[in-house]
Amino acid sequence: MTMTRRDFGKGVLGLSVGAAALGAPTILRASAYPDRAVNYIVAYNPGGESDVTARMQQRYFKDIAGQSLVIVNKPGAGGATAWAQLNGFDPDGYTIMGTIVPHIILQPAMKKVGYQTDDIDVVYFFHYTPDAIVVKADSPYRTLNDLIEDTKARPGAVTFGGSGINSANHLASEIFADMTGAITTYIPFKGSAPTITAVLGGQVAAAMSYTTQGVKAGEQVRTLAVATEERVSALPDAPTFKELGFDYVGGAYRGVAVPKNTPDDVRSSLSEIIGQINKNADFQAQMNAAGYQVVDVAMPDVPAFIEERRAAYAPAIKRLRDA
Amino acid sequence: MLDALINAFTPFNLALALIGVFLGTIIGALPGLSATMAVAVLVPFTFTLDPASGLIALGAVYTGAIYGGAYAAILVNTPGTPAAIATALDGFPMAKRGDGDLAVTMSCFASAVGGVIGALFLLVLAPPLATIALRFGPVEYFWLAIFGLSLIAVLSKGATLKGLIGGFIGLGLSTIGSAVVGGDVRYTFDSPALLGGIHIIPALIGLYCIPVLLNMVGTRDPHIERASAGKGSRIGDAIGLMWRSKFNLIRSSVVGTVIGILPAAGGAVAGLVAYSEARRTSSHKEDFGKGAPDGVIASESANSATVGGGFVPTLVLGIPGTPPDAIILGGLMVQGIRVGPQLFTEQASTVYTFIFGLLIATVIMVPVGLLIGRTAFKTISSIPKSALAPAIGALIMIGSYAVEQNPNHVVMMVILGAFAWGAARYGFEPSPVVLGLILGPIAEQGFVQGYLIGNASGNLFAEFFGRPISLGIIFVIALTLLWPLWAERRARSKVDVLND
Repeated sequence: MTMTRRDFGKGVLGLSVGAAALGAPTILRASAYPDRAVNYIVAYNPGGESDVTARMQQRYFKDIAGQSLVIVNKPGAGGATAWAQLNGFDPDGYTIMGTIVPHIILQPAMKKVGYQTDDIDVVYFFHYTPDAIVVKADSPYRTLNDLIEDTKARPGAVTFGGSGINSANHLASEIFADMTGAITTYIPFKGSAPTITAVLGGQVAAAMSYTTQGVKAGEQVRTLAVATEERVSALPDAPTFKELGFDYVGGAYRGVAVPKNTPDDVRSSLSEIIGQINKNADFQAQMNAAGYQVVDVAMPDVPAFIEERRAAYAPAIKRLRDA
Repeated sequence: MLDALINAFTPFNLALALIGVFLGTIIGALPGLSATMAVAVLVPFTFTLDPASGLIALGAVYTGAIYGGAYAAILVNTPGTPAAIATALDGFPMAKRGDGDLAVTMSCFASAVGGVIGALFLLVLAPPLATIALRFGPVEYFWLAIFGLSLIAVLSKGATLKGLIGGFIGLGLSTIGSAVVGGDVRYTFDSPALLGGIHIIPALIGLYCIPVLLNMVGTRDPHIERASAGKGSRIGDAIGLMWRSKFNLIRSSVVGTVIGILPAAGGAVAGLVAYSEARRTSSHKEDFGKGAPDGVIASESANSATVGGGFVPTLVLGIPGTPPDAIILGGLMVQGIRVGPQLFTEQASTVYTFIFGLLIATVIMVPVGLLIGRTAFKTISSIPKSALAPAIGALIMIGSYAVEQNPNHVVMMVILGAFAWGAARYGFEPSPVVLGLILGPIAEQGFVQGYLIGNASGNLFAEFFGRPISLGIIFVIALTLLWPLWAERRARSKVDVLND
C-alpha cells in the first residue's frame, strides 16, 4: 500500500480526534453538524493571543455543540504556513482554522505567501484585540500628547517596538503616523511578549501593541491610548484614541474559517455555534478581563467587513509597499 | 511560608508531582515530543485544579520532560530536545563503550541537583534576579549568540576548519524562510513548504539520528555495549563521579539558572555553555567528546536548572523564560492569576506552594528516573538491532511530524539526515551545524534590532560597544578564542625546550 503524505497526516490527526471524542457528552441537537470532534487549527504557538482565545472558546463549544473542539497548533511564517494549507483540508467542517485580519489582507498584498485573501473563507469574526500604545511605568511620557510632542521634536529618534514587520502592529504604527504626524522608528520583535520585555528593559521608548499586553504587564507599564469605542474595562485608566481626538478604532480581528467548498448548512451551523459562544456571559467576562473585545461579524456580514477593512488599510499598505 | 510547605506535601499534590514527573520523563524520552508539547497537552486538565496544584503538575511534567531528553541523547545519540544536545556529545560515547547505565544514572542525579539549585534560586532570589532578564537587550543577545558560536571550536573536536564549515552551513540554513526581523522571504525557491524555515527539532532528529540509524544497519557491531552482569544502575559509581566533579556540578547549575532567566536563550544554550566551561576548566580536556562523565554532568545539571531559572521572569515579570513557560503563563491567565512582582506578596501561598512542589518533583525525579533509566538502558542494549532500527525509524518519523503536524518536516528531517550521514564520512560533525541553526536567528535578530535602535539614537557604536553587559560578554568571547592559542603556544615552547 502506498501512503501519501496527506493520509499519513490524517492518521495521526485521527488518533487525537478519537482520543478527544471519548470524553464528549451526548447532547441531542437539531442540526447534524457536528456529529464528531472538530479540529481547530491555530496558526500560532501555544500561549499567544490566537491560542489563548481559541482555548477560551473550547469549553463553551463543547457545551453548545455537544462535541469536542480539538486545538491543533500549526505555527509558522506569521500564520501563513497554516493559512496556505487551509484549502487542502476536507471541506466538511471538521477542520476549521483561526484567522486574523489585517494579517490575511496584509500578507498576500506584501509578498507571495501561498494564499490570497479571498482563499480564506471566514464564517465568523468573534473578537478583536484592540491596538494600544504602552510605555514603561516610569516613562517620561505621561500622556499620548507627550509622546507625539517628543516625536516631533526629534523625528525618527523615538523607537516603537511591535510584533513583526508587515504585521498588525506595523500597520498600526503607520496609521498612527498618518493620523498624528509622529515620525518614529519601528523596531520589529518576534511576538508581543518580547516587545513588552523591550519596553520594560528600556530598549525601546514605547510599544505599538495590544490592550492584552497592557493588562498582562499590570503596574509595570502605562497604557497611553487604546483603539476602542469605549474604554476597556480591564484598563479603566487608559483613554481611547477617540477621547484624545483621533478617530481610530482597530486591532487584530480574529475569525474562524473553513476550507473552500464547505457546504452552506455546515458553514451556517458553525457560524451560529461561534455566535452562541460569544453570547455566553462567562465567556465574555473571561475575554474582557484579559483585554479582548468581543464582536459579532456573522457569516452574512463577513464579505462586507473584509472589504471595509481592506479599504481602511489601503493607504498604509500602499506606504509599506512603496517603502 | 510554612503553610505553603505543608500544602505542597498534601497527598494530592505529591501524587500530582509523581504522575507529572513520570509522564514528563516518558514524553521527553521520545524524539520529537518536547517539553513544550507535554505541557501544552496538559494545560487544559489543570483548569479544574486549584492554581497551586495545577502549577505543580505542569512544573513536574516540564522537569521530567527536560530530563527525559537525556535517555535518547545517551542511548540513541538523538537529542530529542535541543536542551540535550550537549548530553549526547559525551553520553553516547559512554554508552558505546558499555557505560550507558552509568551515564543514565549520572544524568539523573545531575538533573536533580541542577533542578534543585534552579528551584532554590527561584525560591530565594526571584524578584531581584528577574531584573537580569530586562538588562538583556537586542545587543546583549547578539553578543551572547556570537559567544555561543565560539563554541564551534569546542564542538569540532580538533577539526576546526571542518567545524567552521559546518557552523557556516548551519547559519546558512537558519536564513531559509521568512527573516526573523523584517519578514523578507529568503531562499524558499517560491515553495510555501520552506516559508516557515528549517524547524530545529526535525533538523536535530535528522542530523543526529539518521547517521546513527544508517550505521546501525550498516555495521555488524552492536548498537551499544551491553552492561556486564551484576552492574545494575551503578549508583555508587555515579555518586563517586559526581562528588569528584562537585564544582563542575554547581557551576553548571548556576550557569543553567542564569541562562534560563534570559527569555531568548533556553536549555540548548545553557547545556552548551556549561559543557564548554566544564571542558575549558577540566584537566582532562582531551577526554571530552570521547565519553567524559564531566560533559554529561555539566549538560544535564545546566539544562535542568533552566526550569527554575525560566520561572523567574515568568512569575515576576510575566515574560516567559522558555517556550513551555509561555504555555504555563497562558494557563495562569485563564485561572485569573495576574503575574508580576506583586504575585510574590499578594498570592504568596500559591507561589510558594508551587515552588516547594517543584522542589519535591525534582527530588521525586531521582527514583522515577533511575527506574525508567534502568529499563530504557536494558531494553535498548538487549533488543536486537533488527527490531531497534525500525522502531527508532518509525518514532523519529512520527516525532518530526508531530512537532507541528507538518509532513514537510519529515521530508526535511530525512534530507538533513542523509546530508549528515554523507558529511560524517568526511569527518564533519553535526554539532556545529546545529549550533549555527540555533544561534543564527538569535544573532540576526539581535543585530538587526540593535542596528535599528542604534541608528535611531544616532550612536551605533555605543549601542554595540558601550553597554556594560555587552562589554563583559565581548571580554569572555575574546578569552575563549585566544585562550587555546596561548595555551598551545605555551605547550609548544615546552616541547621545543625538550627537543633541544
